[in-house]
Formats: sequence, C-alpha cells, structure tokens
Amino acid sequence: MRSRRWRDTGLAVLMLGPSLVILGWFVVYPLIKAMFLGTQRCNPTGKCPVDGGLQQYVDAFQSSQFQDALLVTVKYALITVPIGLLLGVGLAVLADKYVRGVGIFRTIFSSTVATSVAVASVMWFFLLNPNVGIVADWIGGVAKTPGLLQNEGTALWSVSASSIWANLGFTFIVITAGLQSVPKDLYESAYVDGANGFTRFTNVTLPMISPILLFVTVVLTARAFESFGEIDLLTGGGPKGSTTTLTYLAYGRGLPTSSDDGLRATVSVLVFFVLLILALVQFRGLEKRVHYGN
Amino acid sequence: MANVRLQNLTKQFDGVTAVDGVDLDVADREFMILLGPSGCGKSTLLRMIAGLEDPTEGEVFIGDTKVNDILPKERDVAMVFQSYALYPHKTVRANIEFPLKVRKVPKAERAAAATAAAESLGLGDYMERKPGALSGGQRQRVALARAIVRDPAVFCMDEPLSNLDAKLRAETRAELIALHQRLKSTFIYVTHDQVEAMTMGSRIAVMLRGKIEQVGTPQEVYDRPASVFIAQFVGTPPMNILPAGSIEPGDHLVGVRPEHVHIVADGQLSMTVTLVEQLGHELLVTGMVGDRRVIVRQAAHSAVPAIGAEVRIAADAADRHRFDPVTERRIDE
Repeated sequence: MRSRRWRDTGLAVLMLGPSLVILGWFVVYPLIKAMFLGTQRCNPTGKCPVDGGLQQYVDAFQSSQFQDALLVTVKYALITVPIGLLLGVGLAVLADKYVRGVGIFRTIFSSTVATSVAVASVMWFFLLNPNVGIVADWIGGVAKTPGLLQNEGTALWSVSASSIWANLGFTFIVITAGLQSVPKDLYESAYVDGANGFTRFTNVTLPMISPILLFVTVVLTARAFESFGEIDLLTGGGPKGSTTTLTYLAYGRGLPTSSDDGLRATVSVLVFFVLLILALVQFRGLEKRVHYGN
Repeated sequence: MANVRLQNLTKQFDGVTAVDGVDLDVADREFMILLGPSGCGKSTLLRMIAGLEDPTEGEVFIGDTKVNDILPKERDVAMVFQSYALYPHKTVRANIEFPLKVRKVPKAERAAAATAAAESLGLGDYMERKPGALSGGQRQRVALARAIVRDPAVFCMDEPLSNLDAKLRAETRAELIALHQRLKSTFIYVTHDQVEAMTMGSRIAVMLRGKIEQVGTPQEVYDRPASVFIAQFVGTPPMNILPAGSIEPGDHLVGVRPEHVHIVADGQLSMTVTLVEQLGHELLVTGMVGDRRVIVRQAAHSAVPAIGAEVRIAADAADRHRFDPVTERRIDE
C-alpha cells in the first residue's frame, strides 16, 4: 500500500515536472524577481543602489502619474471591452448562418487575428493621419487639425478603435465557436413555441454562450490593461498623457519611469495585482449570470 | 383539436429527395405513428408539419387551413424533440412557462398553467430545479409538460423516447398513451422502434426512402404487411421470407411469422438448427433452409433441438403471406 503510494507520487512528479519547471522558470521566477526589483530604485546604467522597500509600491500607487495612468487605462478598457464584445457578438451572430458564401465573411471577420499589433497600428496611423488619412477626409474638423491622434479629447478613442479592430478577429472566432456549440434544437423549440428572433437571442443565444462571453470579457480587459504596442506606435502616450496607460507608464519612452528599472518593475507588479483583483471581481460578479451547461 | 392532411408533400435537400410525394390523412385526436428506418424521411415529414421545414412541393393542412405559409407559432402545433430541447439555464418552471411567456400570457395565469401541466406529469416537486439536475425520464416529462401547457391542436413528437433506457422507455410509453387519452389531441409521433409503433399508435404510417409504404392500424400492419420490407421491419423477430416454390408452388416469395412456423415430424421443409435462444417466456430456434435463415418461435418449455440437428418445419397455408419476387409488394389473394 505504502510502496504504491510512493510509486504514484513519483509518477505524478514525473508527469507534472516538465510543466512545473517551465511555469516556474518563465512565470514564477520572473514574477518574484520583478517583485524584488520593484522595491529598488535604479539609475540609467542599470545599477540599483537604493532599496525603497515595500513603501515604494505605496508611493508609486499614490503618485499622480500612476493614478492618471490608471484612470486612462480604466477609460480605455471601458471603451474597448464593451464595444469589442458587442461588435464580436454582432458579427458572429450575422455570420452564424448557413447561407452560401458565409465562409468568405467569416474569413474576413476573423482576419484581424492574423494581423500583428504593429501592422494594425501602422494601418490605423495612416487611416487617421490628418494629411493623408481617409478618415480625416471623411470627418474633417478635428480629424484634419490637429488630427484625431493629436487631439487630447479624441486620441484615446482613436487608439481604442485600432485596438478594437485588432482584437475583433479573436473575439469573432471565439464567439462563433460558442454559437456553433449551441444545440439547434433549442432555437427550433423556441421558434415553434412562438419566440421571435430577439427573444431567441436573449433566451437562448446569450445564456448559452455566457461562459464564452465571460472568458472574452476577462481576456479583453486584460489586453486593455496590457496594451502597449498601439499606444507606442500611434500616440507615444500623448498628447499630454491622455493615452498613457499603466503598461505604457511601465515601459514607455520619455516618462519619469523610463530610466528606472526599479520603478518600471514597481508599476508592472501593481498592474499585475490590479488585473488580478479585476479578474476576480469579474468572475465573482458575472459568474452568477453564467451558465456552464448541464 | 384538428386533423392533419398532407397532399403530395415533397422535400428535397440540394437535389436529394428526403420526402417524396406523401399523401396522408391524420384524423382529429388520432395517435399517428410515422415509422421507418433512419433516413427514411419521417423526421423531415414531421418538421414540415411543425413548420420547421418548408415543403419543396405539396400542401400541409391543419384542420381546414393550409399552413404552408404560416409560421410554426401560428400553426397551433407543439413539438417534442429527441433531445428534449430544454433550456439548461432555466428552471423546470421557467421551461414549462416559456411558450406562454412569449405569448404574453399574464404571469399568474401562466404560473397556474405550468403548475397544472407539471403536476399532471408528476413534476410538482421539481419545479425549481434546472434540467441538469433531473434524470432522463424527468427531462422527457418536462419537455412534454412544455408542450401540453399550450394546449395545442397537434403534438409533433420526434423520437422522444430514444434517449431513455429500456425500462424507462416502457414506462414512458404507457404514460404517453395515457396522456393522449387524457388530452384528446392529435399526436403525430416519429419513431424507428416498431415496439413503440405497435404499442402506442392508433395507426402506423410505415415509411421507406421518402415514401409511405403502408398506413394502417398496428394489427393490420402486422397481419397484412404491404411489402417484404414492412414484413421484416414490423415484428420481432422479423417475418421469415422463403424463396419461391419452397413451401408452396408458385413463383412468389412466401412470408411466415416465426410464431406460425412449427417444428413437426411431417413438415414440408427441412431446417438445420444453428441457434437456440431461451428467452424465458419463449424459445427461439434459428436455422437454415437452403441459404435462407428461418426463425421459429416456440413455447418456453418446448423440446429443445440440438444445434446442427435436422428438423422438419411447416406453416399453415392461412398463415402464409405472398409477395411479388420483383416488386416485393404483397400479393392479395
């Protein structure tokens, strides 16, 4: 009995070993290292002569730069997540039809998943460019002078548009997969019972794909908090910090943190905890409305 | 309540004919069974009656109204699906109330109707449960309650018992028969199980390759099968089909039910016994007559022939069914 338990334990360690080593080396160790680095103040040469201790986290969290960046990030998430989700659901529902040629639309709608953030950002940079961009020609006004990316009031919305577009392929594919897993009998039963399209959507589709919607919400929120590429390429965090999100504060150029690896680590660890709390709140808050099948 | 009339009903999917010119009259309050093997078009026929498929040709009448262009919800038809199609996120009560809710029936009225429907099917204690917390039989009853709560003119049922185990299926068969007698509605019931068809139906429409082969009461279909296919599809074990000229003169096939074949010393045919099955209440003796397999049903305590033994078998002329060897249709004397 005892030897069997030892044998089972050995086998379990053997099976879990590779995963634990990879997870430990690439996730746990960097996180602990970053937490430690977050207590240090470093100079541009990379040396960290000052130990600020845990107080450094408190100071960073209370700083106006962090608070402003947190506010921008929350706004950015509040724009990108609901709109991205609505567009994803809308397109997926439209493409979830068995009609000729629907595959072409599915390919088009999902194509952004194969587009890198850099490519998407450059594309949007030109679309929104006040001199050569087609959007400036259409809208005129502020889109021409100074330009949507250059205006404090529109820059965050413009970066959000790029981000929503870039994430739409992912959202579309995941929600389409969710829709296709809904048994057709449920729709037919509701149809025979007299439910119209809207009632079928609210009573069958939404509840049945609710786990997918929760997943997409959490992922899109995390992506919003982690956004860096599009901000760096489109606005560089400006104008006047209106697009400086937390991640950009940690890694961006020309900011008080940019020459201090310790402060960067401090902000990164704080972002990690903000995201962790947010994900827990989302799961606890939304899970009551999520149905995980039988 | 209403009768259902199908006229030259045809359905094609991408050029493949699933239902081929079906004419059928289902009387008011009748329990009509659509019986046939998988892919014979019976479910498609039912879905056209319910309005889930548009006919390629032909007409569907419910009562005196042609319903081809009428939406399912306006046909006064309820459908029970093979999978039950219960909403897993709703409670039993919400599932049963749903058809009334979408029809904007006042809350108190639909709650009372749902409670009555549930209690009539013994679901009163499960109203606040979700379908995931119910057994297969209970789920099936919830699906039935959701159908009866609307008090529809016609019930369409697409193999509703096929996901149940044998014991529960037998119990639910009896409940469905009782339900039909209580509701006095028209039931159209699709199944590939000939036992369900025989035990439940007022009449059976046997389908093959999109066409109706025979319509009749269960006893008529059993006693006078219209074709070799029906003779072998209805009845367990299936009817024995003997080659032309083997048991009687003539160029027709001869069919004999296993219970009408007797092992007797002076039988017309010789059979080599290959299998003996003791079923408790009866004995099945299987053997070969030439290259044809023949099954003999005997009383439980009959003499058991040895495997490999040669026995003589006979069948009374009155118990023989004659079929055309080419068309395999019944030849009426």
